[in-house]
Amino acid sequence: MIKNRINQKLKEDKKLLSIYFTAGYPKLTDTVKIIEDLEKNGVDMIEIGLPFSDPLADGPTIQDSSTHALNNGMNTDLLFEQLQNIRETVSIPLVMMGYFNPVFQYGVEAFCKKCQEIGIDGIILPDLPLDVYQDEYEQTFKKYGLINVFLITPQTSDERIRMIDKVSEGFIYMVSSASTTGAKTGFGNEQQTYFERIAELDLKNPQIVGFGISNKATFDQATKNAKGAIIGSAFIKHLTQHGTEKIDGFVRGIR
Amino acid sequence: MSYHVNEKGYYGEFGGAFIPEMLYPNTEELRQNYLSIMEEPSFKEEFQQLLRDYVGRPTPLYFAERMSERYKTKIYLKREDLNHTGAHKVNNTVGQILMAKKLGKNRIIAETGAGQHGVATATVCALMGIECVVYMGEVDIARQAPNVARMKMLGAEVRPALSGSRTLKDATNEAIRDWINNPVDTHYIIGSVVGPHPYPDMVARFQSVISEEIKTQLLEKEGRENPDYVVACVGGGSNAAGAYYHFLDNPEVGIIAVEAAGKGIDTGESAATSALGKVGIIHGSKTLLMQTPDGQITEPYSISAGLDYPGVGPLHAHLFRSGRGEFISITDDEAMTAGLTLCQMEGIIPAIESSHAFAILEQRKFNPTDVVVMNLSGRGDKDLQNYIDYFKL
Repeated sequence: MIKNRINQKLKEDKKLLSIYFTAGYPKLTDTVKIIEDLEKNGVDMIEIGLPFSDPLADGPTIQDSSTHALNNGMNTDLLFEQLQNIRETVSIPLVMMGYFNPVFQYGVEAFCKKCQEIGIDGIILPDLPLDVYQDEYEQTFKKYGLINVFLITPQTSDERIRMIDKVSEGFIYMVSSASTTGAKTGFGNEQQTYFERIAELDLKNPQIVGFGISNKATFDQATKNAKGAIIGSAFIKHLTQHGTEKIDGFVRGIR
Repeated sequence: MSYHVNEKGYYGEFGGAFIPEMLYPNTEELRQNYLSIMEEPSFKEEFQQLLRDYVGRPTPLYFAERMSERYKTKIYLKREDLNHTGAHKVNNTVGQILMAKKLGKNRIIAETGAGQHGVATATVCALMGIECVVYMGEVDIARQAPNVARMKMLGAEVRPALSGSRTLKDATNEAIRDWINNPVDTHYIIGSVVGPHPYPDMVARFQSVISEEIKTQLLEKEGRENPDYVVACVGGGSNAAGAYYHFLDNPEVGIIAVEAAGKGIDTGESAATSALGKVGIIHGSKTLLMQTPDGQITEPYSISAGLDYPGVGPLHAHLFRSGRGEFISITDDEAMTAGLTLCQMEGIIPAIESSHAFAILEQRKFNPTDVVVMNLSGRGDKDLQNYIDYFKL
C-alpha cells in the first residue's frame, strides 16, 4: 500500500470535497493562487488539470478552459515550474489530471519523477486504460509513490469494478452518469440506484463521485454513500465569472 | 511476419484502445462480437447482397491504356469511384449498419470531414430506417455545402462541431463525446481505419472487398492474382487498407502509400503524417501523430479535405515503421495536375484524394512489365468547385 497524503486524507472522518481546475486558466499565472485559496477555504483535495488540445471526455466548459490555457501558453514544463515550491505552502493532497498523450510525450517515467519531486500524490489519466497501465506503467507509478486513480461509470460491470478495486490503491473515481463533464447537473433515481449498488459492493477503496456535482444539494446527495465528491465544470464557470477573487464564497456555498 | 492486427489489437507497436472508461463497455461489446457476427452466414449473405445490388459491386478493374503508354508500365485502375455515393466509403458503412443492427442499436452517429463518409452513413441509415446524426466541423460545413445538403436530403441531422479548429479532428471528438453520452442505444460508425481497437481491423475487413476483387479480376486479365504494386492515397487510410488487405503478407506485392504534403512538408501546412508525425495517442489509438513537442495535437493542412487528418491508421503507421510500405508525399499542386491528367487521358474525373495517388506516376518509375494497380478511391464531383477555383475553369 502506497502511503501518501491521499491515503491519510481518506482516513479522516468527514466527507471530502475535491476541486478540479485547469492549470493556466483564467490567467497563465493563476495556478498557485487557486491552489492556495482552495486549501485555505477548506477544500480537501485538488485535481490540477494539465490542458490538452483534444479532451475527449470533457464537455464545453472544460474544453474552453483548456483551449484558453493552451493559448495562454500553458505546457507541462511550465506547470511543473509553477508548482516547484507548492509544498512550502500547501499540505492537502494534489492530483494531476490530464490526457495520456502529453504525459507520453514528456516521458511517463520523467513525468512521474517530476511529480514526486514536487509533491504530487496521484495521477488521473482517463484515457490510459487499465491493461496498459498494468502491463507498462504500474511499476513506474509505484516507484515514485504515485497513486493512479481509475474511473468507473454506471455501465461498468461489477466484475470490472472488482478488478479496478484490486489494482487501485487510493480511491475510485466514480463517474456519476454516462456523460462528458459538465453535461448534466443534478441526480435522478438512476444515479441514486447506482450509488447504492456501488456502496453494496463493499469495495476496499473508498469512492469519490465526479461529474454532475455543482452545489451543496448535489454534493450532499453524492456523498450520502460515497466518501467524497469532485467539482470541476461548476468551479471553472465560477472562475470564468469571477476570476480568482471569490473562491471563498464558492467553497462556502458547497458546505 | 503478419501485418494484420494481433489478438490484443495492435499492429506492431501501434493500435490498442486508449479510451476513457466511459467508452469501455461500448468498444468491449464490439470487440467481443465483431468477428463472430461477420462470420454469421446471414450477415455475410446480406452484406454481399447489398454490396452487389445496392452499392454496385464488383467495381471494374480497368486497364488504363493511354496512361500505361505515357508512364511506360501496366496501369490498372480499381474503380471505387463507381460505387453508389461516389467512393469506397460505402463499403464500410454498409457493413457497419448491419453490425449495428445485429448489436441491437437504434441510433447511428458518425463524423465526417469532406462529407463523403457522412453521406455514405446517411445513405445506409435511410436504407435501414435508422436515426442518424453526423458531426461535421463548422468550417467544413461552410466549404462542403453540397454534401451537407445531401445528408439532409437523406434524413440525417448534421451537427456542427464548434470546438477546436472545427474540422475533421474536432468532428471526431464530438462524435466520441456523443457516444460517451449515449452508451447504450448508439453505434458509432467510424469512417476510417482509425479509433480504438477493434475499429481499425473491422473497417479494414469491410474494405477488404477491394483487394479481394482485385485478385479475381487480375487473374482474369493478367493470368495472375498478385500485382507488382498497389498504390493508394492515405488520410486515415481506409481505401488503402482495403486495397492492400489481401496482399499485406505477400512480400512480392509492393505497397505504396501516398500522403498529402499540402503546400510542402516543411511549410507548416501539410498532412504528411509519416514524415511529420511522432508516436502518440489520437482518438483512442496509438499511432503516428502530428503534434507539438508538448503533446498537443496540431492542425494538418491539405487541399483535399479527405486527407486532412493529423494521424494515420495504426496499420499504416506499422507499414511505415516496419518498411513494408513505401510512403510518398504529394503536394496540392502535384495532385491537382495529376487529377487533370487523368481527366484528359482516361475521361475520368477523380476525387482530389485519389489524384494524390496518381501524382506519383510523374516521379516513381516502374518497369515496363510491372503491373501497377491504382486505387481510384472516389470520383471528383464533390471537388468540382475546388477544380474550378484552382484551374480558373
